Amino acid sequence: MENISLWEQFIRQFNLRGPELIGATGVHIKLVLISMLIAIVIGVPAGILVARVKGLRTPIIGVASILQTIPGLALLGFMIPIFGIGTITAVAALFLYSLLPVIRNTFTGIKDVDPAIIEAAKGMGLTSRQILFRVQLPLALSVIMAGIRTATVINVGTATLAAFIGAGGLGDFIFLGITRNIDALILLGAIPAAILALVFDYLLGLVERWTTPRGLK
Amino acid sequence: MIKFENVSKTYPDGFQAVKSLNFEIKDGEFLVFIGPSGCGKTTTMKMINRLVSHTGGTLSVDGKDIKKQDPVKLRRTMGYVIQQAGLFPHYTIEQNIALMPELKGWDEKKKKDRVIEMLNLVGLDPELFAKRYPKELSGGQQQRVGVARALAADPDIVLMDEPFGALDPITREQLQDELLRLQRDLKKTIVFVTHDMDEALKLGDRIAVMKDGELLQLDTPDMLLREPSHGFVEEFIGKNRLYQNPEYIPVTDLMRKDPSTSLPDRSPGKAITFMRQRKTDTLLITDTQGILLGIVSAYDVLANIDTVATIGEIIKPVTHMLKPTDTAQDALLNVVEAKNGILPVVDEQGKLVGIVTRGTLLTMFANHWAGGEV
Ligand SMILES: Nc1ncnc2c1ncn2[C@@H]1O[C@H](COP(=O)(O)OP(=O)(O)OP(=O)(O)O)[C@@H](O)[C@H]1O
Ligand SMILES: [Mg+2]
Repeated sequence: MENISLWEQFIRQFNLRGPELIGATGVHIKLVLISMLIAIVIGVPAGILVARVKGLRTPIIGVASILQTIPGLALLGFMIPIFGIGTITAVAALFLYSLLPVIRNTFTGIKDVDPAIIEAAKGMGLTSRQILFRVQLPLALSVIMAGIRTATVINVGTATLAAFIGAGGLGDFIFLGITRNIDALILLGAIPAAILALVFDYLLGLVERWTTPRGLK
Repeated sequence: MIKFENVSKTYPDGFQAVKSLNFEIKDGEFLVFIGPSGCGKTTTMKMINRLVSHTGGTLSVDGKDIKKQDPVKLRRTMGYVIQQAGLFPHYTIEQNIALMPELKGWDEKKKKDRVIEMLNLVGLDPELFAKRYPKELSGGQQQRVGVARALAADPDIVLMDEPFGALDPITREQLQDELLRLQRDLKKTIVFVTHDMDEALKLGDRIAVMKDGELLQLDTPDMLLREPSHGFVEEFIGKNRLYQNPEYIPVTDLMRKDPSTSLPDRSPGKAITFMRQRKTDTLLITDTQGILLGIVSAYDVLANIDTVATIGEIIKPVTHMLKPTDTAQDALLNVVEAKNGILPVVDEQGKLVGIVTRGTLLTMFANHWAGGEV
């Protein structure tokens, strides 16, 4: 009985807020993509740095790990005094949140390359830069992609919190649903968010497979 | 020429892996390092291309101190082959082999030709293998590619660290033969590390035996087997190996130095008595200077005892002889043909210095198999 009425409610909400939903999904995707882009641009080089400079391993991975343990909502709270309310704060928080999987996978991807291959490369007279770009990164690429994939999927979920600081996205419906106590409205935000996560997961899975060097498949 | 002068290596943890090495590797030489695990073979080899930097002494290649050279440039003048092959898994065989030429800026055509040449050189059909990935090759084939890759840019020096260690015996044997052929054709200086004494004896122009970071003996395989300078070297080579390699036992080690000889003017009767005393059925006939003249058998003496005055009249020439520099192998090959189964050993002046008989050969092997000493 209750289920059916929830379902009916959901359909009603959907019809009512259809156009709004599309807009919110767009904003949500934008939040995820921008924060992920920054996480990649910063995280991959950081991961490379960690793999190459022993002394940086503990501080960088340490900081990224600590960031990861801060509850999403709290992180947003910490950011407000710095960036105010809105998109910038949301993106900054999501970026910090996604950093660890990207750094860690870049690091392990590079470290897990067979040492014999690195030794052969070095012995043949490749410079350390050549070893990085010709050997380590190509061989680590699929592992790095796996990190990006994980981070993105988590990011889609976390991005719903952006609504709490007025950055929009699918979280708007969830937020509204909670304050007005309309379960269907919560679902209207949660279901597309879940679908979005699945879609990202699938697409990035393809990229991951595509970036696995042919010789390793 | 690679020259070690008091070269030592102490790792950062304080462990001295190599202690003051002094030796030279000549151009075109095939030098093999051998010794127990952990004795410093790999360390010594890696110091040559600066994968490990030495902490004491001077190491120079062609007269130039390697410490004063750019390590990357230094390494590009040397090929490097390791046990795991270390091929780039994301590169095709072709790309792997073309890597060094590419880094050296060769043009496309020259690179392509070189890849084909190299694959043929190591016995892999370019049609079949050029476009494959390392994963699609057997271990032996991968190691061939490893050798091809190391030789592709035509280095003067090739360093090989147990390159065939992980291969099955038959493949290993094949690759050893091919490497020897390559070396003969290309005249590279090859520095080779192995655990396997048979491999070392087969490949090395010289063998360096190491223990606990020290060079115990650096010698040709021959000298190493004949005159191990150290109890350890002898033990490590394995005493039994000599008997598997009769070509390494000098005849001077197994000959009898007191053969029964006689001057040619002895009468047949006296000769027979003497032979009875010495329990022999042949006499080697020498002149007063000890020069070998021929051989007389008891049978001939008895048959002619009434017809000749001296045994010099029934002397027979010696058809099979050995030189003091010959080996047990030469003895084995000749004894079958030799009259009466005896082989006199004669020096350059024709002087008799000893004798090898079927008996002495048999005794040598019998003693060995019975576990005794020669
Ligand atoms: N990076 C290192 N730090 C400290 N000690 C090292 C290091 N590399 C090697 N050693 C030590 O130096 C010694 C010589 O090592 P090396 O690899 O040269 O031996 P090896 O003769 O090649 O042995 P194997 O036959 O097992 O390959 C060993 O005792 C080893 O433990
Ligand atoms: Mg070694």
